[in-house]
Amino acid sequence: MLAYAFRRVLSAIPIALIAVTVCFFILRLAPGGPFDGERALPPTVLANLRAHYNLDQPLIMQYFIYVGRLLQGDLGPSMVIDGFRVADLIRIGFPFTLTLALYAFVIATAIGIVAGIIAAVNQNKWPDYVLVLIVMIGVVIPNFLNAALLQLGFAVHLRWLPAGGWVSGSIAHLILPVTVLAWPHAARISRLMRGSMIEVLGSNYVRTARAKGLGERLVLARHAIKPALLPVVSYLGPGLSYLLTGSLAVEQIFGLPGIGKYFVTAALNRDYGIVLGTTILYMFIILALNLLVDLVYAWLDPKVRYR
Amino acid sequence: MPGLTGKDQVLTDYANKLAVLDAPKGRSLTQDALRRLSKNKAAVVSIGIVVLIILVAFIGPYFVPWGYSEVDWTSIRKPPDFDKGHYLGTDQNGRDMLARVLQGTQMSLIVAAVATVVSVTIGVVYGAVSGYFGGRVDSLMMRFVDVMYALPYILFVIILVVMFGRNPVLLFVGIGAIEWLTMARIVRGQTLSIKEKEFIEAARASGAKPFAIIMRHIVPNLSGPVVIYATLTIPEIIIAESFLSYLGLGVQEPQTSLGTLISAGAPVAEVLPWMLLGPAAVLVTLLLCLTYIGDGLRDALDPKDR
Repeated sequence: MLAYAFRRVLSAIPIALIAVTVCFFILRLAPGGPFDGERALPPTVLANLRAHYNLDQPLIMQYFIYVGRLLQGDLGPSMVIDGFRVADLIRIGFPFTLTLALYAFVIATAIGIVAGIIAAVNQNKWPDYVLVLIVMIGVVIPNFLNAALLQLGFAVHLRWLPAGGWVSGSIAHLILPVTVLAWPHAARISRLMRGSMIEVLGSNYVRTARAKGLGERLVLARHAIKPALLPVVSYLGPGLSYLLTGSLAVEQIFGLPGIGKYFVTAALNRDYGIVLGTTILYMFIILALNLLVDLVYAWLDPKVRYR
Repeated sequence: MPGLTGKDQVLTDYANKLAVLDAPKGRSLTQDALRRLSKNKAAVVSIGIVVLIILVAFIGPYFVPWGYSEVDWTSIRKPPDFDKGHYLGTDQNGRDMLARVLQGTQMSLIVAAVATVVSVTIGVVYGAVSGYFGGRVDSLMMRFVDVMYALPYILFVIILVVMFGRNPVLLFVGIGAIEWLTMARIVRGQTLSIKEKEFIEAARASGAKPFAIIMRHIVPNLSGPVVIYATLTIPEIIIAESFLSYLGLGVQEPQTSLGTLISAGAPVAEVLPWMLLGPAAVLVTLLLCLTYIGDGLRDALDPKDR
């Protein structure tokens, strides 16, 4: 197990390095720069600015400087806001983004699993049809439209919840964003759960359990639910990274102070520093989550370790 | 002398009878799949609706009295008005909403079609090459896919659009260039099993070059999963495009797309509900139908469930 974990971690390192390289060069090779304002800057100011951010050096040198700093844990400065660093942005925005994503993750996973079980047990009866319809809506309606409709219903007409914005510590401000973020995730999980549950309920050992006289509840609790959870477990890692990136969009829609808001603004201002830093941060999170899922899977299923 | 024993007579009768009767026909896999698909009511209805939406989006504008960028100064922010020909009302600039919804649908459909073709082409060729050659080439190519998977998708599209300008063509290509990853993985997996079959060995023995084998013998055998996946890619691309347009990074005025229309309609939906409801209804119907078609195709083509 340890050897496998070691191998997996080692193989993630070149992937991370190549991904950093790809990001860096895509951003730098694109036309336009952070200092193309409405008004042209005086040449000396521009030259000083470029020297300050090492933009006057050859591209390959800039790359090595960047990677060198990255290895020391420095994601670099903003190139538009003076004295602001990616680390500051992460300190300000990331706790919020993480909170939003984790709320959505826990709620959606719980609802998704329960809904999947209910749908599977009542296969082709009305609870199944109702749940499948709700799931379909979650998968199909894009989050910004869902957000607009929910805002219209619950904030404008019913006036139960605020339409957007953020007051520190207010749960009411989180309900709509978390709903919008969690719905598609819950939908995917309940689809997976329903499918694998139906398969498990048709298997021989469940028939045996029923045949020896166990009640339906005990069959579910003792024999069916655990094996049916496996595909869901393997989706949790990608699911969380999906929620973390999806959170950027939801923050933008509801005007919440997470990383998402800063990222879109930074991209529009061609603030290479922020865009690159944020992208790399997300990349590391996704890689780490994938690694974690692989390790959990290897732990659950010994066959994987020896492949 | 023929016919002496009557044997020839019997045989001729039998031959005539066979000629009149229909020869027993074999059913191809495609026919099988189509038959199963036609039994799936949701999928059939969805196909009808999607075809209808496509026809209306492309032919409809010729029958609408107003152009999508034409301003009617006498009716600004007006609800549906049948006398003036504003069947879905007008927006804040006095432009006819029906004409704009049709144009937006057109744009979303074009983006989806081009991006899907781009992503399917890249994905199929990449996956087939990687799977066919195997070994070091395969692990190198798949490592690259892993790297691309690690890049956060939304961030990447935003970067592409912002850096390379808001050109609709680039939008198509950019979205397509990101969506191919899953396709490549699926195709590679299929290729790995197909390349062990006898007909590939026969092709190789007869001296076909690797490229010819991939294009003539492997790719045609991938059509099932490719069709399913392409159908499921279209709604994803429509969502991606409309989200970008929603952020103001997509299609530019006076042209429009469903996402642009929704983002314009959402903030004023309280007072001008017709500005949100029209485009939203089209988008949701389109996505719902495409998803049902994709699910139906998967059930019809997937040999596991037979």
